[in-house]
Amino acid sequence: MDERLLQDGIVGNRLSPPTYAENFADLHPPLDQHEALVESDRCYFCYDAPCMQACPTTIDIPLFIRQISTGNPLGAAKTIFDQNIMGGMCARVCPTETLCEEACVRELAEGKPVKIGHLQRYATDAAMAKNKQFYQRAAPTGKRIAVVGAGPAGLSAAHRLALHGHEVIIFDARPKAGGLNEYGIAAYKSTNNFAQAEVDYVTAIGGIEIRENMALGRDFSLDDLRGEFDAVFIGLGLAGVNALRADGEDLRGVENAVDFIAALRQAEDKGVLPIGRRVVVIGGGMTAIDAAVQAKLLGAEEVTVCYRRGQEQMNASDYEQELAKANGVVIRHWLQPKRVLATDGRVSGIELEYTALADDRLAGTGRALVLEADQVFKAIGQSLDASLWSDAGSFLQNGKIKVDAEGHTSIPNVWAGGDCVAGGEDLTVWATRQGRDAAESIHRSLTAQRAPAAPAALELA
Amino acid sequence: MADIRNNFIGIKSPNPFWLASAPPTDKAYNVVRAFKAGWGGVVWKTLGEEGPPVVNVNGPRYGAIWGADRRLLGLNNIELITDRQLQVNLQEMKQVKKDFPDRAIVASIMVPCEEEAWKAILPLVEDTEVDGIELNFGCPHGMSERGMGSAVGQVPEYIEMVARWCKQYTRMPVIVKLTPNITDIRYPARAAKRGGADAVSLINTISSITAVNLDTFSPEPSIDGRGSHGGYCGPAVKPIALNMVAEIARDPETRGLPISGIGGVTTWRDAAEFLALGAGNVQVCTAAMTYGFKIVQEMIEGLKSWMDEKGHATLDDVIGRATPNVTDWQYLNLNYVTKAHINQDLCIKCGRCHIACEDTSHQAITNIVDGLRHFEVIEEECVGCNLCVNVCPVEGCIDMVPLHAGELDRRTGKIVQPTYANWTQHPNNPMAQKPTPVQVPEQEVEPAE
Repeated sequence: MDERLLQDGIVGNRLSPPTYAENFADLHPPLDQHEALVESDRCYFCYDAPCMQACPTTIDIPLFIRQISTGNPLGAAKTIFDQNIMGGMCARVCPTETLCEEACVRELAEGKPVKIGHLQRYATDAAMAKNKQFYQRAAPTGKRIAVVGAGPAGLSAAHRLALHGHEVIIFDARPKAGGLNEYGIAAYKSTNNFAQAEVDYVTAIGGIEIRENMALGRDFSLDDLRGEFDAVFIGLGLAGVNALRADGEDLRGVENAVDFIAALRQAEDKGVLPIGRRVVVIGGGMTAIDAAVQAKLLGAEEVTVCYRRGQEQMNASDYEQELAKANGVVIRHWLQPKRVLATDGRVSGIELEYTALADDRLAGTGRALVLEADQVFKAIGQSLDASLWSDAGSFLQNGKIKVDAEGHTSIPNVWAGGDCVAGGEDLTVWATRQGRDAAESIHRSLTAQRAPAAPAALELA
Repeated sequence: MADIRNNFIGIKSPNPFWLASAPPTDKAYNVVRAFKAGWGGVVWKTLGEEGPPVVNVNGPRYGAIWGADRRLLGLNNIELITDRQLQVNLQEMKQVKKDFPDRAIVASIMVPCEEEAWKAILPLVEDTEVDGIELNFGCPHGMSERGMGSAVGQVPEYIEMVARWCKQYTRMPVIVKLTPNITDIRYPARAAKRGGADAVSLINTISSITAVNLDTFSPEPSIDGRGSHGGYCGPAVKPIALNMVAEIARDPETRGLPISGIGGVTTWRDAAEFLALGAGNVQVCTAAMTYGFKIVQEMIEGLKSWMDEKGHATLDDVIGRATPNVTDWQYLNLNYVTKAHINQDLCIKCGRCHIACEDTSHQAITNIVDGLRHFEVIEEECVGCNLCVNVCPVEGCIDMVPLHAGELDRRTGKIVQPTYANWTQHPNNPMAQKPTPVQVPEQEVEPAE
């Protein structure tokens, strides 16, 4: 056994460079042509297809698969991009097992759905490899729209707005565009710098300018944008990380899972990323699983996910949970953090309390468990910074931006979408849909003659 | 265990599975392998007259179409008759027959449509002591341009003439192989019979172009950018072949004329269907060329198992059993009413039955019931057409259920009658016959809508 694997504390280079390369290679290698043809043959071309209904962006899945089967992958890509310009990333990160593939009739028929996600990647990769641009912008409208956040919601909105002939400026707080696609997705799901390639592909339509390192509330205000632009789309995600509310949360060795995931994505050499020998991840969603699996892949000896409720309530899909287990992650349920333990100012363990449901309410049982740990990741959800908004009371709903069916907020000419809005699920595909639909609403509103389209604007007029 | 020994016009073989005259039977090496694998007989690849052998193209000879997962459904070829020396073929045939006396070997022959040519080759073939000859009047490509193959098969007078020469110049049984590239298969079959042929075999391949290369605009298979029609065969042609076999089997003029069934036989089931429609045995080519000679094991075993299960002791219990059930449309029972029924436990909700019926047929299958995705037959609209059964991806999910006599057909609002009634008596038929015509039972006939 390599000594570095067993070394206590948080250290880097636990593994050899080839092992890192292997561990962080593409989780699902792309289908080759033969595999894609065989798989596409399995699609029944259902009527009013259940997979299509299950897709938040309503991609015409039977049509694009049929196009693949007839040797027309570029046509397939256009079918996908017509509904979802982020179809390449969605093919990689969508929890297809709870969306299109769960609805696939072959799942019902034989427990083996058509590999829709893999086929979508096959088609979109084919188009992106050729930099095949399918869309021509409409004549310039002279309208300028600000988009806050260059994540999937913002890029999706920007692309659709540019398509309609508007000028779009995207402001993003980070040094690179892409949002969670760039900073928030496990490295093995988005290899070869795919998120940046997708940003380039989407913005190649023209009329989109991205200004990085520009943060709302720091470098400009919402009022600034409203004064300068004809409309504003907010898609800035959830930058805040929920606190554990456990003693010792500020100790060295207690980290945000999202920061860890972001650092992993940005690191060319995974060896520079220090990881504990024994790692505990608190949470039950995709972020918890992504952090746990990657901790294991970085060489942690023991990784334990602790979730305060049962397996059924976990937000991470069954597939993600299985992936974690297959990588040697232990998932434990009905445990909530009480206290992070320290030795010499460093994390040495975590004390957890068993929980149970009492009258449908989750409560601690008073029984404790101590797990040895030299690193603890917090993955119990992200939140929106309420201080960004002057009138948070009416602008927000349950801590997120309140929008109507069109994505319009309570402020005139301001739309929003993605993780920062209430409603939908915190998924790339939902953000893409909300960005797209808000863009259509903005377009209708800006091109409507005299009467504004959005009801909210009407009230304030 | 069922006895599947075959006696076809006196030619005996341990089973009814012969390899058709084609590339798999071009030389002793292949035929010996086939016999070792279990094939009951072969029709040796077509011999031409003595002299310089024919020349084949040196590029692709085959084109194809495929189904799901690239399963080969149809194959076409532009290969000519054997391109080996006649003497080599004859010597090999003689040797193989000696080595495998229990297997059938039939020589396929194609020489110019001249009496002398046939008179010259027949003794040479007879000398090999093979079991019979098959006259290749079928190949639609290449040789037909030289007045042979289907060029003969398309002219009944030529068929009759050549068959008569052969019967005159040899003691061997004569099988006439028919081309399907005609409008009515009964005419060439009748001609063969008039000429004294002992049997017919059919079908030979169908003139075809399998594909066009959309980069070069050349038909496939492409020979230096150009293509020629080839002969089509394989599973795709089976329905055409079955019909032609049945037409000959039930034609009053040719009824009883032995038939060797050819065309897309791939499994025991295909073979049984040919036998049931009146074929005395079957010939196979594409299935062997797709999967190798071993497939005959499945055919032999499958046919025996089915015969055992159904209590058919010998092939004679099977041959021709379906022939009387093949009739003209005008004699079909119009009082037979069926309705589709979808088994909800098997339904996977793909909706193909619905959209096929909705878009292209009778709007007789639901899509949404009480707000839920649900596919169910609307009996008031269902004409019993069977399209939904055929497009359903789940076997056995949709059945056609006959209504019993006395039940209400909710589409027509009429009670299903117990009697048989056909078009010949239907009031809408201006040619309606009165009284009841041939083939109609005696009961009073109720008109159907």
